[in-house]
Formats: sequence, structure tokens, C-alpha cells
Amino acid sequence: METDDREGNRMWEEDSSHKHLLDTMFARGIKRKCFDGEEDIEGTLAGFKSVPSYNLQRQSLLDMSLVKLQLCHMLVEPNLCRSVLIANTVRQIQEEMTQDGTWQVINAQNTGQASLDRLVSSDILCRSTKEQNEGKLVPSYSGFSKDFENTPSQDIISDLSTVTSVQAPRNPQSNNVWEMENSQENRGNFQKSLDQIFETLENKNPNSVEDLFSDVDNSYYDLDTVLTGMMNNTKMGHCDVLESFSSQTTTNSNSNCKSDINELDHIVEILVES
Amino acid sequence: MPEGDTGWKRAFEADIISTVEFNYSGDLLATGDKGGRVVIFQKEQENKSRLHSRGEYNVYSTFQSHEPEFDYLKSLEIEEKINKIRWLPQQNAAHFLLSTNDKTIKLWKISERDKRAEGYNLKDEDGRLRDPFRITALRVPILKPMDLMVEASPRRIFANAHTYHINSISVNSDHETYLSADDLRINLWHLEITDRSFNIVDIKPVNMEELTEVITAAEFHPHQCNVFVYSSSKGTIRLCDMRSSALCDRHSKFFEEPEDPSSRSFFSEIISSISDVKFSHSGRYMMTRDYLSVKVWDLNMETRPVETYQVHEYLRSKLCSLYENDCIFDKFECCWSGSDSALMTGSYNNFFRMFDRSMRRDVTLEASRESSKPRAILKPRKVCTGGKRKKDEISVDSLDFNKKILHTAWHPLDNIIAVAATNNLYIFQDKAN
Repeated sequence: METDDREGNRMWEEDSSHKHLLDTMFARGIKRKCFDGEEDIEGTLAGFKSVPSYNLQRQSLLDMSLVKLQLCHMLVEPNLCRSVLIANTVRQIQEEMTQDGTWQVINAQNTGQASLDRLVSSDILCRSTKEQNEGKLVPSYSGFSKDFENTPSQDIISDLSTVTSVQAPRNPQSNNVWEMENSQENRGNFQKSLDQIFETLENKNPNSVEDLFSDVDNSYYDLDTVLTGMMNNTKMGHCDVLESFSSQTTTNSNSNCKSDINELDHIVEILVES
Repeated sequence: MPEGDTGWKRAFEADIISTVEFNYSGDLLATGDKGGRVVIFQKEQENKSRLHSRGEYNVYSTFQSHEPEFDYLKSLEIEEKINKIRWLPQQNAAHFLLSTNDKTIKLWKISERDKRAEGYNLKDEDGRLRDPFRITALRVPILKPMDLMVEASPRRIFANAHTYHINSISVNSDHETYLSADDLRINLWHLEITDRSFNIVDIKPVNMEELTEVITAAEFHPHQCNVFVYSSSKGTIRLCDMRSSALCDRHSKFFEEPEDPSSRSFFSEIISSISDVKFSHSGRYMMTRDYLSVKVWDLNMETRPVETYQVHEYLRSKLCSLYENDCIFDKFECCWSGSDSALMTGSYNNFFRMFDRSMRRDVTLEASRESSKPRAILKPRKVCTGGKRKKDEISVDSLDFNKKILHTAWHPLDNIIAVAATNNLYIFQDKAN
């Protein structure tokens, strides 16, 4: 990552604490407590406990959820039900934080601090505010916001999620077999009819085109695999999609763009779900 | 074959039981495990001359149902773990069952052979062909008894119809068709036809970004062959009638209990996700299992369940920890007793719970070698939720969340239950039997 040394060091520290979070999360010590018992994160907002405590817990829950979404089994497909439930939890938290107004507070405080997740999420925020009209804050997990889904697809986040969900780079020269029409609508119908065709086909030659297209639906899993592969510097087969994609996002002239985009993809794709 | 941790993990976990199912008569009990094996137990014929004799279950057949596969296109493994087994009603001497992993359903025929023919004309006892010119006399082959041999052979393989992971299969009361359900779709099959299935439910959104709900379980009605239900991760159940339309995306009935606003939390949705749905034998009710409770629904009332039973309410204050260690995503199954008068479901610490509907009583029992010797009566267990812990009680913090009972089965006629505790199978019988 192209950061200066100071930030690089901080990043390294963040990594350790991030890793610690992972360790404890996956520790077999079932008896360790989270904030259960006295702290009443499950309590209603009506019975407002001390505000910082609740916000802190909520933020921790958000961080934990993001980590859960990012981690996936390298060799086996992730459990879709679990992923959907975690993603819904993230959305819930984000919506509440937006209503609270605490979302903006977090943004302001969020310049290069705390966990790796927040570092990335602030990146997303920075990018989105650059692209958006000034003053309009787009939540980083904008894919979830219902309002967002109505905004025009010129929005950069939308573009990112759209393009990667299509799995087709806008580069027409690409020989990628996933390439399809760019129109979101057509893509949807095309996919749906493909699914139905797929359903009624008999045993297929694994090399058939239908088989390849049948995997378009599973882009969610593919990108998990891809991105994990990316993080481990191994090619998992679908990397060319994202690579060609990231090579075209020229809209942001920020020097950290390329590496940030990969991180961005990572987060947005996990959250927004391709 | 992928290397690294996987091989080691597989050896360790292969024996973990992943499904348990009695057949229609209760004489056979099938288990599937994480290693793709199916083990079938058969109830011994009871010997009436021995006082304390009761039918014990002994191993009848073992076979490898599914093998691990590798999806080269996605660079992902397809687990061989058996997710569900469902028996077909017996129509002849052989037994048939359906077993499924994440992607492929197989129909297995289990048949016995206890005789063999001797005295062939054209071949001798070793099986070698005899020279026809040497045969001077003809004889009729005789059937002679031999040691019982149980053979399992795959008769049908239903593959390539599920993009997502199969969570349920259910045989129809017409005995000709069955359904298979994955996270987003439900398919209808004919048992004779493997190259074609009909998609009857599809909840996959056009735009996957909008996915917020998945199918968690599905089952056919026990008597009405056109009716089935499926449950979702949002705690809803939809009843569908296949006569109304080919694609049952529109439900006939929609069952959902309104949320209690006072207990709302960030985990509300997760704990409302239904992990299992089962029709009663009578077909009048259905039971659903969510993380903390079991609910009985009257099919004629969609607004709320008619009965609710708390399985382990003491976990409600621990939801955050359980979210952290992923236990909150555990999928517990549930089952009815043969007469529908009782319900059973599993919990943690190798505990399982039974609820007597008519007497409004419930009991917590433990399935473990330490706490129960063969033929000993199970002692009820109690979890202490706070304050002073009484003798024999166990405190919530001492519960072992690695010992989870996800799969249980109840004999269709008698009070015999099968409880799968990780890689051990326990069979308990009512002493009054």
C-alpha cells in the first residue's frame, strides 16, 4: 500500500490489533464474554444507557460483522444464509447510525485511526464525497441504503457494484467469457432466463457455455475467492475480471487510487453483494 | 485434491453425524456424516422370552454415498457432507432412500441377499464356465442360504440442478415426486427422471445486491401432495399450492409472528431465522425451530403460532458472544413424536429438550457417555440462570458450546428417539415400552 512510513507503521499496528480481533473471535474459548451480561447492547434505545458505551458497542459489533463478512473459507463456498444475515445486521447498524447522526461523527473522527476496517471505510467515504456533490454524505455501505438504490447509477459506488456484479469489465476488447450487455436491466433478465434454461438442461458438458454462465449468479462467491486470492497473491482464476476493472477506473486521480480501489472493491463487494 | 489443512481436518471431522432419520416403519435408522458416509441401523427382532429384551439397533449397512468433489470452474470444494436423508415408503423387499450433499441428490437401493444358487449347469462352483460338450446330465439349481449380505447401490443421481447449497429434500405423499431446496430455489423432481427438474420456487432477486432473505428449509405436506411449505431466514413460513401455478413464487399462506418490540436488538433477525420446519404427522400443524424457541403453528392461522416453547432462553443475554463465535448461526432441527403429542429439539452441552404438548411439561436431558450408562434412566438436567446454583445444576457459563445436538429423530410409532451428539449416536427408549 502506497502510504508514507508513518501511516505504514500505524497500519502495521492496526493489523496486529485487527489480527487480535480475529484470534479472539475464532478462539474456541466459548466462555469469553462479549459485552453480554451487564452491558445491555440488546436493550432498547428507549432505555438509553450511557451514550458512548452503546455507540462503542455498536461500532464493535459493526467491526466484528465486517470481519466476518470478509473472512471466508478459501476452499469451500461460504454459507449464503450466514452471509446474508450478517450483511443485514451491518445494514441495520448503518441505518441506525445514519439516523442517529453518529455516522457523520464517525466520519469526522475517522482520519487514519482505529482498525483496518475503519481505515478502509474512511477511504470509501473520501472517494464517494469526491465523486459526489460536495456536502452530500454517502454512507460507505451505500449499497444497503434504500435511498441509495433509487439514486442514479452515475454514483461511483453504484458503478463499482454494478460493474463487478455484472462481472463484465466495460472494456469491450476483453475476451472474458463473462462479458455481457452493460445494461443492468438486460443483464438481470438475461441471467434469469439463463437460470431457467440451466435448470432444465440435462447433464452438461462442463465446458459448455451455459455452465460458464451459470456461475454468473455466484459472483458473490467468486469475488470472495478472487479477493482472498488477491490478498494471498495467488490467482484464483477470475482475477482478470477485477484487474481489468480496476485498470479502468480513471475517475479518481488520487495517487492511492489503484490499491485503494482493490481495498474498495473488497469491502464494497462483500457488502453490496454482486 | 486440495492439500494443506483440509486433509487433516477431514480425518478429524469425518465422523461427525450430519443427519438422522427413521424410515416409515421405524425398523431402520439412517445416519449421514460429514465424510459422506451413510450408516443404517436395523432394529433387532424383539425376543419375547427374554424379559428385558427390547429391540436394539445394530449396524445393518454402511456405504459411501457422496465423495468430495472439486468445482474447477470456481476453484471451490464441494463438500461430501450428507445434509439430509429421506426414506421412501417401502414398496418391495428392498429399501430406498434419498441422500443429498450440497449439490447432488442420490437415490440408493438397499437390498438383502441371504440366498445363493448352487448347482448351475453351465458353470461350476468356482464360476468357471463348463465346456458344454462335457455336460451329460441336467440338474436344477438349488437355492441355499448364505450369510446375510446387505448391498447398497445408487439407482439415480440427480445432479446439476442447484446453484446454491441444498438444505432440504422432501418426498411427496404421491411417492413419485420429491422436492429439493437450496438457499434460493426449490426444485421438483420425479424419482424416475434425473435429467429434468421443475423449478417451483425462485426467490433469487434479479439484482443480487438486493438479496436479504434465503430459504432455510422446505417440506411437503404429509397427505396433500400439492402442498408444501418453506421457511426463510427472516422467520417466515410460506405455504404453497402447486395447483395454483407452475411457479409457486406467490404463496397461498404466509405465516409470521409479529415481532415483540420490547425485545428488539441487532440480533433479532438472526435469532428469528428458522432452521427447520416439520409438519405434524396429522398434517394439521407444523413446527418451526428458530434459535431460541420451537413454535407450533395451526395451518389455518397465519398470524401467530398456537404454541411456543423456549428451548434455552438463558442464552438470550449471551447473544453477542454467540454471534462472535458463530454459534448463533447453528441450525437446530426439531421433530414430532409419532402421535404428535410431544416435540424434541437439541441444544448445547449435549442437552436436548422434549416438550409434552398435552401435559405442558418439558424436560432437559443429556446425551453423553458419562451421564448415562446403557439401560440407565436419563436424569433430567437443569441450567442455572443466575443466583445460587443448586446441586446438579449447571451454570450457563459452564455450558460447552462445542457439544451441540443439531440432529434428532423420533421413531414414527414407538417412543424411541435417536440423538446425534457430534460423532456419537444415542438411541433412547421409553422404559414403558
